[in-house]
Amino acid sequence: MGNIQSISYFLPELMVIATVVVALIADLVYSDRNSYKVGYLVIAGLVVASFTLWLSLPEETTPIFLNTIVVDPFSRIFKFVFLLATFIVVLMSMNSDELKGVRTGEYYTLMAAMVLGMSLMASSVDLIMVYLSIEIVSIISFILAGYLRAQVRSNEAALKYVIYGAFSSGLMLYGLSLLYGLTGTTKLFQLSGSISSLGPGSNLTLTVSTILMLAGFGYKVAIVPFHFWTPDVYEGAPTPVTAYLSVAPKAAGFALLIRFFNTLFGTGQPLNSPVWQAMEGVPWQDILMVLAAVTMTVGNLVAIQQKNIKRLLAYSSIAHAGYILMGVPVLSQEGVYAIVFYIIVYLFMQLGAFSLAIVVSNRYGTEIIEEYSGIGWKSPYLGFFMAVFMFSLTGIPPTAGFIGKMYLFAALINGGSQFYWLAIIGVLNSVISLYYYMRVVKVMYFQGGREKDLYVPGGMSAAIVLAMAIPSIYFGVRWSFLADWVNSSLKFFIAGF
Amino acid sequence: MDFNILSWLIWVPVAGALVIVALPRDKKDVIKWVAASFTGLQLIFAIVLWMNFDKDFVGFQFMEKAAWIPSFNITYMLGVDGLSLPMVLLTALLSFLCVFVSWNIDKALKGYFSLFLLLDAGMMGVFVSLDFFLFYIFWEVMLLPMYFLIGIWGGPQREYAAIKFFLYTLFGSVLMLIAILALYFTCGRTFNMIELMATAPTALDTLSWWGFSGMKVVWILLFIGFAIKVPIFPFHTWLPLAHVEAPTAVSVILAGVLLKMGTYGLLRINFPMIPDGTVWFAGALAVLALINIIWGALCALAQTDLKKMVAYSSINHMGYVMLGMAAVVAAGAQHGSNSAAAQLGMNGAVLQMFNHGTITAMLFILVGVIYDRAHHRNIDGFGGLASKTPIYAGVVALAFFAGLGLPGLSGFISEAIIFLGAFPVYRTIVMISTLGILLNAAYFLWSYQRIFLGKLNEKYADLPEINGRELFTLVPLAVLVVLLGVYPSPIIDVMKTTMANIIELVQVSPLMIMP
Repeated sequence: MGNIQSISYFLPELMVIATVVVALIADLVYSDRNSYKVGYLVIAGLVVASFTLWLSLPEETTPIFLNTIVVDPFSRIFKFVFLLATFIVVLMSMNSDELKGVRTGEYYTLMAAMVLGMSLMASSVDLIMVYLSIEIVSIISFILAGYLRAQVRSNEAALKYVIYGAFSSGLMLYGLSLLYGLTGTTKLFQLSGSISSLGPGSNLTLTVSTILMLAGFGYKVAIVPFHFWTPDVYEGAPTPVTAYLSVAPKAAGFALLIRFFNTLFGTGQPLNSPVWQAMEGVPWQDILMVLAAVTMTVGNLVAIQQKNIKRLLAYSSIAHAGYILMGVPVLSQEGVYAIVFYIIVYLFMQLGAFSLAIVVSNRYGTEIIEEYSGIGWKSPYLGFFMAVFMFSLTGIPPTAGFIGKMYLFAALINGGSQFYWLAIIGVLNSVISLYYYMRVVKVMYFQGGREKDLYVPGGMSAAIVLAMAIPSIYFGVRWSFLADWVNSSLKFFIAGF
Repeated sequence: MDFNILSWLIWVPVAGALVIVALPRDKKDVIKWVAASFTGLQLIFAIVLWMNFDKDFVGFQFMEKAAWIPSFNITYMLGVDGLSLPMVLLTALLSFLCVFVSWNIDKALKGYFSLFLLLDAGMMGVFVSLDFFLFYIFWEVMLLPMYFLIGIWGGPQREYAAIKFFLYTLFGSVLMLIAILALYFTCGRTFNMIELMATAPTALDTLSWWGFSGMKVVWILLFIGFAIKVPIFPFHTWLPLAHVEAPTAVSVILAGVLLKMGTYGLLRINFPMIPDGTVWFAGALAVLALINIIWGALCALAQTDLKKMVAYSSINHMGYVMLGMAAVVAAGAQHGSNSAAAQLGMNGAVLQMFNHGTITAMLFILVGVIYDRAHHRNIDGFGGLASKTPIYAGVVALAFFAGLGLPGLSGFISEAIIFLGAFPVYRTIVMISTLGILLNAAYFLWSYQRIFLGKLNEKYADLPEINGRELFTLVPLAVLVVLLGVYPSPIIDVMKTTMANIIELVQVSPLMIMP
């Protein structure tokens, strides 16, 4: 489809672009003291964008802008995830003490721009576009991580992030160029056709190319061994940014990963082919299975040793990336379904845990887990909801985290006997994660004593926590609505599940 | 039936927990009485259920079914049969009594009783669920209140005990989840236990895990999940710690009800759904039973902490339950189709589950009574207490005699019929395990002698006698122990038909028919 006709399909993204422009101009007008008001503009813009996205109901895959990106239900559900995550993180940032006293106009503008980058990631079907969208998201992430210029930690985080990012981008570009060299096209749909006619002689090149590209994607979603930037960046960045980085770009990375691998290494047919089969000769399924197993195990084992709540959540987010990654190599409707379901659930529990960490840090001035002692008694509100998020992240019923995990394991079990070992490693990892998640609960409840007056966080902070906690519990008890929505978003993959 | 009595059994304590959460925290007496009245109501429902239960009906009664998550075929399905009814009665009775056992709790009363009621609801849910997914949810939900109850209100090592308990049980249950999902997908995407009992025995034949028979792997995965709860050697190490560190009422619930969930799960899930696995594993189950019996008794003998001794005695007593269950193979051709022995063993197992629930509850309550007064539980730290506290000494004597299996008390009956049932199949094992009875007598009598007989320890010259509230919690249990010791029919009649049905389901296994 040509550029002009494409615009009508691009309305939500255009709204985001308009938001970025308006926010930039407004930031010039506002004084330092009022700069935070840009945040309200961004929120308004995100709401409008969500509304236009809600009105657009793509029935099938429509390629736009000269077939570089597509509009389909799959990218639509991810765009909702990005908009929601950004919306919450902007609100969280406005209530964080860390960002008080810094000019935050640019900060909110960059977040809005990041939504654009992530939306493109979720919908690109052209190698150039894949690379560009990843870079948009990465570069904005670098700036956000280093936003607290006065803090050494924050600067260190940004610099580390840039170096790792540049390195992995280079690797990915090389992988992409190998792919282009083999086939002479950058279009994903044409690529998958050409690959299947290449013959076994190219298998080695394809495998190398796959591994190199995985370095790029893996860096975005923080898969072991491309995860080394995560803990330092997560610890050094302002807490709302950490929360953001651990959810939204990760979701975008997985959207890209699913689309990329399922298109490229499917049977060489478009995504709506009735049965997907792994391509012969390229062991990308095995590679992904091993990566998933290693990722969650390393993430969990290292998380056990963490003393800082942000680092704990950072390593645990690596483990969660590992759980989600289990759904990719299954190459089935169930697998993709489980991934999307898990990402949505993960958004609520992870952002909830971070928003609580912000409230605790605002009130008690600490990020050290040992210093959380007695918070369950001093502030039952904080204690109860932290426990809910911890249980949900562990995956214990009746929380949404359990349902998400259950779907992932179900996809593996249904996928066939080659996936059983991964399912068993996955459930054992849940047990490991219980240990460190419960340490937070233990410190809050089993130690320390009650204070005279109980602390209840103020309006907006309490509302954000509540808004994250309600879905974390509700989707653990009744998730039909979410299940149906996710299901209908995958209609174009295979009818019915 | 319009009145959904099983839903009421589950949701009444939940309602009680919500009421308690809404109460102001300084109204301590109100909180206690609310807890007592809601568990009391639950007990009344349980008794009504028992009186309306049709003993000769094969299958499930008082069924309820509602759609829950249609896209994954999950339903809210409840029902009871002769296996779950005794457990429902036990749960309701012990929950009610434990409210009074907890009367002296002082720390964060509100949290304690609301968590306790949630625990009660979770246990009830496990025993009446007929949807495997629902069963799993209740099974797991129970862990949360238990973790807090041990971790906040427990003894000195409570933090370690709580997390160890949690990790062990979660380890078992996630393996169970894998097995549940495997059953779900191989048996036509259903969690309905009644359907699974019909389809699973043959459907699993096609399943293969890395060349192993899928049937066996699924059986083992489920078994580990349940074995940790029972607990079966070598998964038992969480038990002494958790039981000792938990507050008295929670120890009672742990030993009285939670352990039974393991054997209940084996009888409800493994036996009827995977009969081939059951027959294949029965011999090993009997050996594990023997280890539990001897190992538990020897460990109990070595303890100086009274509560730890009682905790190890639970491992021993659950060994008898497993031995009775293993006797199910007696109905097979290779053992001379001795259905009567199988029936004896299985009935004995369930009766022992019930009896152990009452006996061990008494023992833990009695340990709590003396700990409240002396603030230690060292068996050697007392002496001659019988002269100061004769009533207490008398009740303890009854409980100890019941625990060691004195004829005329309930423990004897169940252990005796278990041995009768298991003897035709496992002659040697039964003969060795009777040694366990002897060891039981040894540690119970020896500790009784050290605590109550001999010269009075001057430190406890003015030890107060057991009080009315404590007696109130003990008397119903003591009555049951004596009554079921002379007349066990009320419980056996209830379960007979169901156990015969389970035996028949296991009997269809080709392994049973081949001589």
